[in-house]
Amino acid sequence: MMKIEAIIQPSRFESVKDALREIGIEGMTVTEVRGHGRQKGHTEVYRGREYTVDLLPKIKLEMVLPDALVNRAVDTILKTAKTGKIGDGKIFLSRVEEAIRIRNEERGENAL
Amino acid sequence: MKRVGWKCSFSLLPVLGAILFTAIPLSAQQTPASSVAPATMMASFAAPETAKTVSEKLAQLDKDVKAAQSSADNAWMLVSAALVLMMTGPGLALFYGGLVRRKNTLAIMMQSFALMALITVLWALVGYSLCFGGDGHFIGSFEHAFLRGVGADPNPDYAGTIPQLTFMVYQLMFAIITPALITGATAERMKFSGTVLFLTLWFLVVYAPLAHMVWGKGGLLNASLGGKFPTLDFAGGTVVHISSGVSALVCALYLGKRTGYPKQPMPPHSLVLSFIGACLLWVGWFGFNAGSALASNSLASSAFVATHFGAAAAALSWSAAEWLKNGRASALGAISGAVVGLVAITPAAGFVGPMPALAIGIIAGAVCYWMVTKVKALFGYDDALDAFGVHGAGGTIGALLTGVFAQQVINPIFGAGKPVGGLDGHWGQVGNQIVGILIAWIFALVGTLVLLKIVDLLTGLRVPEEHEIEGLDITQHGEEAYNLES
Repeated sequence: MMKIEAIIQPSRFESVKDALREIGIEGMTVTEVRGHGRQKGHTEVYRGREYTVDLLPKIKLEMVLPDALVNRAVDTILKTAKTGKIGDGKIFLSRVEEAIRIRNEERGENAL
Repeated sequence: MKRVGWKCSFSLLPVLGAILFTAIPLSAQQTPASSVAPATMMASFAAPETAKTVSEKLAQLDKDVKAAQSSADNAWMLVSAALVLMMTGPGLALFYGGLVRRKNTLAIMMQSFALMALITVLWALVGYSLCFGGDGHFIGSFEHAFLRGVGADPNPDYAGTIPQLTFMVYQLMFAIITPALITGATAERMKFSGTVLFLTLWFLVVYAPLAHMVWGKGGLLNASLGGKFPTLDFAGGTVVHISSGVSALVCALYLGKRTGYPKQPMPPHSLVLSFIGACLLWVGWFGFNAGSALASNSLASSAFVATHFGAAAAALSWSAAEWLKNGRASALGAISGAVVGLVAITPAAGFVGPMPALAIGIIAGAVCYWMVTKVKALFGYDDALDAFGVHGAGGTIGALLTGVFAQQVINPIFGAGKPVGGLDGHWGQVGNQIVGILIAWIFALVGTLVLLKIVDLLTGLRVPEEHEIEGLDITQHGEEAYNLES
């Protein structure tokens, strides 16, 4: 089992979600987050005072997938989340040791 | 200076004629059984009419005309009073509330609301009397303390056609908003206890004398009731805006900067609230300025028009300045400009026509943009919501330009045929305006400084730094503006 954390542009979220559903990914957790990587923020001016807003709104997708699905999911995210501009986000992969469904205590990939 | 326009007597002539025309045939139709008006009944039977009955009829007519005028004036003045109250709550409360950070929203709104209650009670006890009682040079008297003698009868010195109660409650609304304006400079760091005590004392020590000097009978700066330096201030350029704006500057300097200013970003938390607040202020200002005619007459129309034009012109000129500087016109800029225009046209509203009103708006919008964006940064004081940049600067420009643009065609305040402002041929008025402005500035500066020292000793002024960081809503009032999870 692998966990995919993808931080993407809010404007790409709907397309990414739809594309993931098409390849059979049934569950995900979505969070509205703020942050920045190499992308510089933008400037806002209020009555002459300039503020640099460097923490920009992003969407974070989290999903834990059986190993067989991971590569396809990553490809799908790469393909649909990309705009080609700086600020498109990142994907992090990590190994997950165990998964347990709370309702019936199923374990492992069956719980996904 | 507030006074009934001369034009109202002319506009009454056709009314008088109409009543004369209809009243006589009506009285002839009355049946003997009706005992409402014995004098007029007698007239329809007795022929020829005696001189006595004619004079009685005329006296009755005179009474009817006066009652009709009083009803009309009173209706407008009560509406105006309500409009001016609306400027503080919710107008100013929303305007300021949106400009602060989220954690201080309720605190700044509560300051405006507290003043609505506090000043009202003070006004009933002594405030009205200190502003409009007696005929001293500097302050009123205790003549009307506890509203003694304030009832249905008009006070002919100020407003001869409306109950003094109406005049009293209308003026109260000005006394409420003026200290509320100062809270824009002390925002996000002043204790609630210190704010309440300071603004109570400020109302008694700064506002009341200044209101009496400018608007009160015999006041030093009064333009029509025996002042030494007749200062034109139709609706409160000196009394309301210079006094609050200059005091705001003193407060900002005395309190010091907010923790983190100017390094830490402190953007407005909701310009939507500010936007609604500014629009309510614009509407309420019709009561503020046009109501200052103290009658429902042509002068009120003139002030209404000037007010609207001044606001619109300043909104455009601020936006234009911003567009040239930043390449964009912001919503905050447009509403700030409108408020500045309303401030600047306030002293002039009942003295200038529509074209000078546009000019005043354009000048004020551009100058205040420069004050707020450049001068503030240059001197480094933290006037959090620009109470000085908007009200102090806008009020001063307005008071000065009133001396330039005032016209006797609009308001012959110095007597029929006598020029009023500079362009009218009376440049001396600009000198009088400068005297009025200087006195208001000095009075506000000194009074505020002394009061801040006193309050600092009694309750303290600033909240502790950790409270400032946590926010005044929680630390001063024990609640939060937005409990989005509940």
